[in-house]
Amino acid sequence: MPKHYWEDFKPGDVAVYGPRLVTREEIVAFAAEFDPQPMHLDEAAASATLLGGLAASGWHVSSLVMRMMADGFILDSSSMGGPGVEEMRWVAPLRPGTRIRLRATVMESRPSKSRPEMGLTKLRYEMLDDADTLIATMVATAMFGRRGMAAS
Amino acid sequence: MKYFEDIRVGDRYALGSHIFTAGDIKSFASRFDPQPFHVDETAAERSHFGGLIASGWHTATIWMRLMVAYRRREMEAARARGEPVAEIGPALGFRDLKWPKPVYVGDTVDYASEVVETRRSASRPDLGLLSILSTGVNQDGDTVISFVSTTFVERRPQK
Repeated sequence: MPKHYWEDFKPGDVAVYGPRLVTREEIVAFAAEFDPQPMHLDEAAASATLLGGLAASGWHVSSLVMRMMADGFILDSSSMGGPGVEEMRWVAPLRPGTRIRLRATVMESRPSKSRPEMGLTKLRYEMLDDADTLIATMVATAMFGRRGMAAS
Repeated sequence: MKYFEDIRVGDRYALGSHIFTAGDIKSFASRFDPQPFHVDETAAERSHFGGLIASGWHTATIWMRLMVAYRRREMEAARARGEPVAEIGPALGFRDLKWPKPVYVGDTVDYASEVVETRRSASRPDLGLLSILSTGVNQDGDTVISFVSTTFVERRPQK
């Protein structure tokens, strides 16, 4: 049985996941596959852009948030996926060699009106580096199965 | 890309389509979103989705890839005509990202983006801010992703 059900996420709860080291190799590999812009691929080209140096694709940052959520709690939960993301801001560049953490705060919790076996949880996420610099923020609603209810 | 001044609300970019294969779906998900219904066919069949589905983040990153390819084609065409090319990016983020329907193995998703807002940057007089609504529609006409993203775009150099 999973550890985390909808009932276990209470408004105001805060958890911190990670840390996770982001390497130059993975930044460049992600960009080469999904976002091949010079600012994500090449130091010299990146230094001429607004980012002022090589930095991860915003979609890589988002994907890393997802992975840290997955490792942090989703994989050991009754997750039923997510209908979307209210907002994501790429606040500061994610540079090679940065050690990131993810802080998750439960904002709202409500049962599903249409599906009694499910509840909805709205969370705010903040990606931080070792100096607590804010790299990205995200607000998203996730669906979880309720304790004692068969999620089918 | 065009300069900020030459971009109009309502401008539309047809970005092309992508076919999501099982290998494709599992490759992305194993790295970034290893939930059972994204990485394991058997588990996915038992889930409420009824089959393997792409991570929503995968559906989003494919939009980015098609957008970068589209911009590159536009840039090359502009250069061939001897026209200057405006710098675009980085993006500031996005809002109202929705995944209304899952993307299943074999689905073809057709992507497009439309300009919904243009405004000058308060902090950078040489730049404008461009907001676009992007959508992905599957072979049955169902929207599988939509979001509004905002990015910097260069203004026409002042004479």
